[in-house]
Amino acid sequence: MSTTKAVTDASFEADVLQSDKTILVDFWAEWCGPCRAVSPILDQIAAENSDKIEIVKLNVDDNPQTAMQYQITSIPAMKVYKGGQVVKTVIGAKPKPALEADLAEFLA
Amino acid sequence: MRQIIIIGSGPAGYTAGIYAARAGLEPLIVASSVEAGGELMKTTEVENFPGFPDGIQGPELMFKLQEQAEKFGAEVLLDDVTSVDLTGDVKKVTLGSGTVEEAVTVIFATGSAYRKLGLADEERLSGRGVSWCATCDGFFFKQKEIAVVGGGDSAMEEATFLTRFASKVYVIHRSESLRASKIMQQRAMDNPKIEFLYNKQVTAILGGEKATGVQLTDTVEGGTSELELDGLFIAIGNDPRVHLVHGQLDLTSDGTIAVEGRSSKTNLRGVFAAGDVIDATYRQAATAAGSGVVAALDAEHFLASLDQSFLAEHTDGAAEGIDTAESVAV
Repeated sequence: MSTTKAVTDASFEADVLQSDKTILVDFWAEWCGPCRAVSPILDQIAAENSDKIEIVKLNVDDNPQTAMQYQITSIPAMKVYKGGQVVKTVIGAKPKPALEADLAEFLA
Repeated sequence: MRQIIIIGSGPAGYTAGIYAARAGLEPLIVASSVEAGGELMKTTEVENFPGFPDGIQGPELMFKLQEQAEKFGAEVLLDDVTSVDLTGDVKKVTLGSGTVEEAVTVIFATGSAYRKLGLADEERLSGRGVSWCATCDGFFFKQKEIAVVGGGDSAMEEATFLTRFASKVYVIHRSESLRASKIMQQRAMDNPKIEFLYNKQVTAILGGEKATGVQLTDTVEGGTSELELDGLFIAIGNDPRVHLVHGQLDLTSDGTIAVEGRSSKTNLRGVFAAGDVIDATYRQAATAAGSGVVAALDAEHFLASLDQSFLAEHTDGAAEGIDTAESVAV
């Protein structure tokens, strides 16, 4: 459904926390309608801002450990990581302009 | 210019799309960027839509309706409407992309939005234990104690669904009788994980980083108590989504778009409305679908009543407009 790279419980440390890039993790699941709706929008934002932010996906069904660690209770949840720390959390599917506004500081 | 633009993609919008497309009107359905398919996208099993004796998943039903509309020539656009100008004979619809679409007729099938409790910390704790979508968020409450606020069918459905995950589900309701249909009430009451708290109103949501409980006020006795919870699901009803048409279309005292009798005709010529946005009472997928049929037929009839000269005059004599009139004058 998406070309975006998938991260897992096993790869989260290396792919996200140890990365020197700004990374947005999209916590999602197959059964979540709003997640499916927001997925193509995130793909677009990733493609248009590939020099500024990397967007990856984490399936909460397959990777419950990471979802629990970050206290995910609602999806889609989009968390931006910088230097291993969460610097921004956006919850819920939103239209592209609204999402871009929420993420403005990372897309500038 | 188009003959018809349908705003909304729930059962009303897509069904209006099916009828308008079959009538050769090539409707544009503005389906929303993230809420295409509408409220049923957030439900699981739909057991009461005619024609599906074994039930059907809400999202699957909506994909089928979309497919059916597209099959007959409807164009479905995953974008949002940011404003409308309905006053002239040419209706203007501005999209999130900035594009302005024009049409002779517009059907509003914008449905309704979840009602909020209106409490101070509701927004802050939303997504942090407070939710409006059991099918989206129930998964995260495995073996947790949670509550559903509300007494209607959707509250019963959510409570019953949430028992798949939660160890305990309270249903908090303001009065002592539920609005929900008998079958939905019975299903919830028979579920050993569900406990009903009647005559209780949620007057505060407690918690710092995440919701940890609620303050309840007894609507009869008046006293307050606290209930520890890991999550709170709010299902207290919906409000018609009319923000686009404020000041342009007449509304009823219920806040729905006012229509003439059993028709879909609003106070403006060429503007029609269908589904939950005109219905404060029934609000079913099947009634919304039927309402979409009414709107498409009303729009079709209206278009057929316009003669060439009218369209030519009101569309600056654009060749497209004249084509439009010919194709519907059959």
